Amino acid sequence: MADDILAIGCAAGFAGDRIDAAGPVVDTLIARGAPGVLIFEMLAERTLALAQLARRQNPEGGFAPLMEPALRPILKRCVEHGIRIVSNFGSANPRAAANRIHQIAREQAIPKVRVAVVEGDDLSDARGREILHAYLDPAYASRELVSANVYLGAGAIAEALQGGAQVVVTGRVADPSLVVGPATAHFGWSETDWDRLGRATMAGHLLECGAQVTGGYFADPGLKDVPDLATVGYPIAEITADGAFVIAKAEPTGGVVDSRTVKEQLLYEVHDPAAYLTPDVVADISQAEVHEIGRDRVAVSGVRGHPRPDTLKTTVCFSGGWLGEGEISYAGPNAEARARLAADIVRQRVGDALLLRFDLIGVLSVFGDDRNRMLSDVAPGDARDVRLRVAAADPDRAKVERVLGEVMALFTCGPAGGGGVRTAVTPRLGSTSCYVPRELIHPTFTMME
Amino acid sequence: MNQPQVPLYRLAHGRTGDKGNRSNISVIAYRPEFFPVLLEQVTEERVAAIFRHRAPAAIHRYVLPGLGALNFVLDDVLDGGVNDSLNLDTHGKNLVFLLLGLEVSVPSEWEALLAGIK
Repeated sequence: MADDILAIGCAAGFAGDRIDAAGPVVDTLIARGAPGVLIFEMLAERTLALAQLARRQNPEGGFAPLMEPALRPILKRCVEHGIRIVSNFGSANPRAAANRIHQIAREQAIPKVRVAVVEGDDLSDARGREILHAYLDPAYASRELVSANVYLGAGAIAEALQGGAQVVVTGRVADPSLVVGPATAHFGWSETDWDRLGRATMAGHLLECGAQVTGGYFADPGLKDVPDLATVGYPIAEITADGAFVIAKAEPTGGVVDSRTVKEQLLYEVHDPAAYLTPDVVADISQAEVHEIGRDRVAVSGVRGHPRPDTLKTTVCFSGGWLGEGEISYAGPNAEARARLAADIVRQRVGDALLLRFDLIGVLSVFGDDRNRMLSDVAPGDARDVRLRVAAADPDRAKVERVLGEVMALFTCGPAGGGGVRTAVTPRLGSTSCYVPRELIHPTFTMME
Repeated sequence: MNQPQVPLYRLAHGRTGDKGNRSNISVIAYRPEFFPVLLEQVTEERVAAIFRHRAPAAIHRYVLPGLGALNFVLDDVLDGGVNDSLNLDTHGKNLVFLLLGLEVSVPSEWEALLAGIK
């Protein structure tokens, strides 16, 4: 029917997002009265590798640490009002996440919650490694594997919802599939409804970074002012049976949804606008338009879809050696010259054995490149509050620590007034990706209890 | 006729996204009449010059007429990307602001239409 609308709200755009975001989204979905779904996107590329490491430490760990604090305030209301929850917060251990959700439900005296887990993305087991052996660049064969996960699509999510799941917990799925799955299940689309899938994919794309479409990652005082950014509301997509959608937000909250916020997020992390590749569809926004149809309401039209790729992207993470960072501050007259001298001393002491990145915080510390080409082009000036940052990475921790030792020694051996030395060594992860034939991957869902 | 030079951020906004070692930067006209200026003056060549220190392996400009926007894709400009770069901003989140500093010429009668900060 034409006026059948599925409302999907997003309450997290990354693993470290605000845990109080969901409340107003859930309230708004309840007030609408329409069928509602709540999604949390909590799984960046790197996050999954960290989750695998956490699972090795604790077999009951390895899911998103913020899942529990994010769910506790809203799980009961969602269940009572028939709002389904779909999230990749299962990370490296969807079953443990599902167990924890059951535990929360018991504690909150919520009657039996049907929680489904979606699996099949993890290629770090023996069978998965056979697949990687065939499709991953052999140059990586000797590296120590931390995680390998294929991006699953919407299929198993939709099946789990059609099977009656109230909460669907996944590991790695394409972020927009968190929206395509519920829309497919609700409207009964086929997996070759390319235009509908393309539109729902872009609705998911707009939602999956949370507040980035409602004024976050956008506000720029005097140029792009946003009201009440401290209480920015998270987005809600209203999707119709043909996949057309409107982006709105939770109320009452701060933030803004207008043509500018939607255009920026529509192109975020997009390469060829005619070919946004996902496991479900190749979405095409080359002819897209946006229309402000009300306060904080924007409709997106002109989105199309083309047949999905035959291969699925797989992200592989490896142990990646060590990152060392050391900092020291100089202030007052001639501060920049002293900071530059300090950098020269560290360079001279370490020699050419290691690539060193130098930043002069207060002069140039963000736009510069790791080869220091841009810094070399910046003529010495008279900045009077400068913090030198030295960064280096190497598989050998001792080499990295030696660099930090040279920064530390500037305290007594360096230019005048160096203060506030901080040094840190952190383990790194390396990553690459490969593409595996779709037919080798078998996504499944399992209802827990 | 001498046309005034103004920084691009007075005509357009945008945001940076990253995937691996590739950055994409959108440039979106605040008003439809500004879009031809973007098309004419915000070229792949000028963007390459701005990002020369990062030695891009390739730069491609996509045009989105329905959005009044350009999308630049810059290959191999993130020093390896989020896991490998030594930068504080490993994602390159701020790179759009380097691009929006580009000077463009505009008709003098546009002054009142341009965005606030000079």
